[in-house]
Amino acid sequence: MSKLIYATDKGLYCEAGDFYIDPWRPVERAIVTHAHSDHARWGSNKYLCAEPGAKVLRHRIGQEAPIESVPYGQKLTLNDTTVSFHPAGHILGSSQIRVERKGEVWAVSGDYKLDPDPTCAPYEPVRCHTFITESTFGLPIYAWQSNDELFTDINAWWEKNKRDGKTSLLLAYALGKAQRLLKGVDTSIGPIYTHGAVESLNQVYLSSGVALPETARLSSMTRGTKFAGALVLAPPSAYGTPWQRQLNPVSAAFASGWMRVRGIRRRRSLDKGFPVSDHCDWQSLLKAIHLTGAENILVTHGYSQILVRYLQDQGLNAGTLSTQYEGEEETSAAEETSTDPDFKPAGDAAFGDVRDSADETETADYKIEVQE
Amino acid sequence: MKHFTRLFVALDETTKTTEKVTAMSEYFSTCTPADGAWTVYLLTGRKLRQLVPTARLAECVKEQAGLSDWLFGESYDAVGDLAETIALLLPPPTNNSDVPLREWVEDRLMPLRSKPEAEQKQLLVKYWNELSTSERLVMNKIITGSFRIGVSQLLVVKALSKTSGVDEPTIAHRLMGDWSPTEEFFTGLFSSDTQDADASRPYPFYLAYPLEQEPEALGEISDWLAEWKWDGIRSQLIRREGKTFIWSRGEELISERFPELMEAAEQLPDGTVIDGEILAWAEGEVLPFNLLQKRITRKSLSKKLLQEIPVALMAYDILEHNGIDVRSQPMSQRRKMLVQLLTPGALDAAPSCRGQMNPIFRVSPSLMVATWDELAESRTNSRDLKVEGIMLKRADSAYGVGRRKGDWWKWKVNPFSIDAVLIYAQRGHGKRASLYTDYTFGVWHDGKLVPVAKAYSGLDDAEIRQVDAFIRQNTLEKFGPVRTVKPELVFEIAFEGIQHSPRHKSGVAVRFPRIARWRTDKPMQEADSLETLSSLINGGSSQ
Repeated sequence: MSKLIYATDKGLYCEAGDFYIDPWRPVERAIVTHAHSDHARWGSNKYLCAEPGAKVLRHRIGQEAPIESVPYGQKLTLNDTTVSFHPAGHILGSSQIRVERKGEVWAVSGDYKLDPDPTCAPYEPVRCHTFITESTFGLPIYAWQSNDELFTDINAWWEKNKRDGKTSLLLAYALGKAQRLLKGVDTSIGPIYTHGAVESLNQVYLSSGVALPETARLSSMTRGTKFAGALVLAPPSAYGTPWQRQLNPVSAAFASGWMRVRGIRRRRSLDKGFPVSDHCDWQSLLKAIHLTGAENILVTHGYSQILVRYLQDQGLNAGTLSTQYEGEEETSAAEETSTDPDFKPAGDAAFGDVRDSADETETADYKIEVQE
Repeated sequence: MKHFTRLFVALDETTKTTEKVTAMSEYFSTCTPADGAWTVYLLTGRKLRQLVPTARLAECVKEQAGLSDWLFGESYDAVGDLAETIALLLPPPTNNSDVPLREWVEDRLMPLRSKPEAEQKQLLVKYWNELSTSERLVMNKIITGSFRIGVSQLLVVKALSKTSGVDEPTIAHRLMGDWSPTEEFFTGLFSSDTQDADASRPYPFYLAYPLEQEPEALGEISDWLAEWKWDGIRSQLIRREGKTFIWSRGEELISERFPELMEAAEQLPDGTVIDGEILAWAEGEVLPFNLLQKRITRKSLSKKLLQEIPVALMAYDILEHNGIDVRSQPMSQRRKMLVQLLTPGALDAAPSCRGQMNPIFRVSPSLMVATWDELAESRTNSRDLKVEGIMLKRADSAYGVGRRKGDWWKWKVNPFSIDAVLIYAQRGHGKRASLYTDYTFGVWHDGKLVPVAKAYSGLDDAEIRQVDAFIRQNTLEKFGPVRTVKPELVFEIAFEGIQHSPRHKSGVAVRFPRIARWRTDKPMQEADSLETLSSLINGGSSQ
């Protein structure tokens, strides 16, 4: 009998249930763990996701997309399998997919974190025989600080910039990270503005029932508005573009797990980095794997070889699984389009419209194989 | 430690020198003199001898974090810096302390060196357990003696000057040579009595403008003095009160880098200031600039290095003579004084009267030409002589301050140029961060394109957009941030110099490459070859 879930050139496939999980090519039935662009791709005939994430997914892949959703925990029968969604704690609506066939349970975790995040349901361990996990930050050097420490740092940075008459430009993924940060910062420091890519997702979060502090879309402000003292949330790809000029004088900071390492921040010539991620740090990965009770661990994107070797040293049956998921990208522009629908380049913008096209997310085709 | 760590973080978080100076200045105005002394010590790149062997540090952190050798190794590879790797791997602290920097260094870290291994480890663990991640990084860097955070001595000087109101040359003087990081030393830095430094003070440098017109426009050639434009380190050599000081144009004291000049300068009379170019020089010839750079950048000057890379001071002006500021005297007069001083008797008729001055001091020869055409002819020899071109100085000009148009001109030779093919591209920085603006160019060798130059500038905005679009549509492969581009576009690359370089794949290294223009008229097959490029090394012609 074949494996319950295996990688094909279209994505992770469950033959017994005849569905794909987070396929990277169009398929008949796609089960989607969450709406980040490397997991939720356009063009499949049917999509299934967890209920809290339906609006976000619709926003990302189109209003007309054939999306069905189910509440967390509800069991569905898909051909020979029983499928259910369980919170992954990554972003709003993010899920682990539990697949059961004749008593054998697999869990595909997508992207997940164990740290608390008030914008989404907390991670829930899923007991299983085989656990498919990512390993974006699968090295012991990655250890996140608590939310308290993180926001103390961010607030202090914002206040200092305010004192210095600067705008605080906080660069973060438009989906998930931006809302998590927004919910955590001290709104009494000053006004908060958003890049269009962030604002439109804020609206989706609001309409999904997640309360967020008040923000204003930067481009809706009248020309000549001064942003000194304000916090501006924008996707990383907005960094260094003509769009940013209106914020001068500005201090830019990138909120990403990669910022934990000084060299990575410096190579990107960023002044400030806040190490914060919606992925697991090393200890969380180990804890999550332990909590599943799984005897087989398949590791996808990230430091997979290292995590696999470590788990094998611990006596677990671990192997890597090649996918096209990207985790948290180290380069600024690589994760998602930052298109601000309202932004029109000013007439004097030296480079006109230089915002990144979506080509960064299209990875060249390559062979998928399972290595164990 | 917290105060110093905040400074460390602030310096690390900005690339703007003004912000670095402000951060240091704020620190210096609030720190204790004892902490200030150690801060200056560490920021100016002085270091303690390794206090604990790195292997022991690694062992200790492996034990603390429960890591196997290979996992520690992988972590180190990902971080690339031992002090930081250790800081990131340690479990979170359970204590919190704020012990002053001086106490950390003198009472805690320095004594580690003489402790037995077991006690060293025990203390390391205790100390780490009191510190945050960035404080641990600072502690580890003090221990390993690798304290580099992108602050030059010059910036430290600026900050100390800003804090104290004492002028920069005085501070620079006070930071020279051997000193101990004591309270008294730090207080002394800020002393407003600057007599101690007066003797060392340089004059502001006078700088030339590039000649943008034909030299004929300057009028009669007889009104001008012409000499070679040397490619070395512009310096002022000061001899006063029996002491010698050498300043670079960056107003950095570089005396210690050139012991042979210091020694020779003892022959000079007190009250002498010479302006000239320090050159790597052997057997009557200029050596490549990168050799001279070694004299500046190497941490220690070995005897071997001093022998391998001898230097000379090519003097071309005198600013102070017999203790008198002669800058307002005409250039022609100053030149006579200079010649008289360095080659006594040279102006007299009989060569036998010439005195003996150390040949390490040379006077930059005047080019004896009668017409601008003759001068232009001489200029074509520049590459053979390994000079950058010609300097033109008005014979009656005073020695001015800063860069002024009118009296001094540099008439450089045209750069070398080759036609090369765009083969790799990377995103730019700053306002160009979303565009592919950093290019690598290749030339032909055995039917393949080998990379020979990286260039970032030279195209206008419209061209950058076009090239960016081409790159996106013609990417063959991606390696991290680098894209391999379908070879097709040809560019003329200008550069200032070329040398053999075993470190480069092509075997050659070019200096200051930039894009001269986009050769849309040239198919890539007609780009230059590595052989053509290599032939330029020995004074080949520039087009």
